[in-house]
Amino acid sequence: MLIKKPADIPSSEITPKSVYMNRRQFITGATVAAGGALAAAYTVSELTEPSTAAEANTKLSAVKSKYDTDEKQTPYKDITNYNNFYEFSTDKYGPAELARNFRTNPWQVKVGGAVGQKKTYDLDSLMKLATLEDRIYRLRCVEGWSMVIPWVGFPFSNLINQVQPTSKAKYVMFTTLWDPGQFPGQRAQVLDWPYTEGLRMDEAMHPLTLLTFGLYGETLPNQDGAPVRIVVPWKYGFKSIKSIVKIDFVGSEPPTAWNKATPNEYGFYSNVNPNVDHPRWSQATERRIGEFLKRKTLMFNGYGDQVASMYNGMDLKKYY
Amino acid sequence: MPERLHSVKESHVRRFGWIALLKVVLWVLCLSPAGLLAWKATHDELGANPLSEITLSTGHWTLYLLLITLAVSPLRKITGLNWLIRFRRPLGLFAFFYGCLHLMTYLWFDKFFDLHEIVKDVYKRPFITVGMSAWLLMLPLALTSTAGSIRRLGGKRWQTLHRLVYASAIAGVIHFWWLVKRDLTRPERMAAILVVLLGFRIVQRMLALREQRPAAVIQRG
Repeated sequence: MLIKKPADIPSSEITPKSVYMNRRQFITGATVAAGGALAAAYTVSELTEPSTAAEANTKLSAVKSKYDTDEKQTPYKDITNYNNFYEFSTDKYGPAELARNFRTNPWQVKVGGAVGQKKTYDLDSLMKLATLEDRIYRLRCVEGWSMVIPWVGFPFSNLINQVQPTSKAKYVMFTTLWDPGQFPGQRAQVLDWPYTEGLRMDEAMHPLTLLTFGLYGETLPNQDGAPVRIVVPWKYGFKSIKSIVKIDFVGSEPPTAWNKATPNEYGFYSNVNPNVDHPRWSQATERRIGEFLKRKTLMFNGYGDQVASMYNGMDLKKYY
Repeated sequence: MPERLHSVKESHVRRFGWIALLKVVLWVLCLSPAGLLAWKATHDELGANPLSEITLSTGHWTLYLLLITLAVSPLRKITGLNWLIRFRRPLGLFAFFYGCLHLMTYLWFDKFFDLHEIVKDVYKRPFITVGMSAWLLMLPLALTSTAGSIRRLGGKRWQTLHRLVYASAIAGVIHFWWLVKRDLTRPERMAAILVVLLGFRIVQRMLALREQRPAAVIQRG
């Protein structure tokens, strides 16, 4: 069988994003610009809705990071069409369509728990906490596929330092927005909504743990967890929680969505580990999206040099 | 008996035209999922993870066709349309065809014919074990699907052998159920259909037994 590899489309070629992001805007725009002049449509939609940093597909200015990889980046098309985002759909191709009109503006993130400074951030103020960086990370899904994604964000530690957690803070708990009106997937009890995730304090402080606002140099597409998400590259993808509205500093291991759903399959740590299989499938190999042959999965997804020391002395078979 | 044979033959002749036509339709319908996959594969339309898409799609069609095959007999009993039975064999063989494609995708694109890995997988992973069993159970049925086989085995023995299809379908649905990560809607639906199809046979068998010896049943209360 002949299988063509997906073409490598640079993000710059996926032009009419701001148009397809909102069909109503597009239709209004197109009607006004009856001749079909697309440029006119752009202008109209920009006039009718003031653009802010929270809008999807806005360019973000970021600096290069030392955490980088020269591995081939997964095409934008695949990163934005092949999504596990159960709040929208359990079908991987569902979120791209269903997330189209997801409202990310206004957006607030409430930071609380064991901190000196409880604070609610508007997205804009959150984004200005530190310098945004371009970071190209591998992403390994627990299902056995992987991507290389150029994220835009800054280390989560910047936020931690701002809110000053007290000595009681041992873990960080993240919560995704709960809004069945916008998240059709939340109308069914597939998971115990809202989705929650957690990290140990040292994991949350780790420079690789990225508070993420964008990918491919632009704000996050809705289906990729807009407007703000966490990316923890040495853990399976589901640990990198999307569309965050709440961050709490807590004293004990917080409940996490997949662990609650199937505790024997998804542990709290969920570090990428080729030696510890999922009860139902092997984690030794993975299929990099766009590649035909399978790759060997790397310990800690290849970030062992940076993160392995955090787990010294821990039985990773027990704490999977 | 000769008269009955004769009448069957006559109706056969009368119906031959549109049954042959229906068979063509059936072939086209049954081959179209494979054709669509082939087209998508050559036109970069299988999405981000084409091999996973092929595996899933061929797996789904194996199960759909197995369920459709199992629906033929109940449908025939209910409607009294005896000619429906003529579609059972091709439907079953198409289920096997998709089962082979599905297995092949796994052996080739997932394991790259690494025999050691395959054996380990079958041994270690219940969903693979049960899936492989489902295919193996279909194999003797496909091999003995010819009229010659029925003759050689004798109708009774052939029929007994072909009851393996029930085990294969059950194994197939369990295979699907066990591999799904969380959203069980589809395997649940398939399981429900299978329960109805197998339940129909059980009820029918029970009714037949009661009819055979009604006195005994009444006496025993």
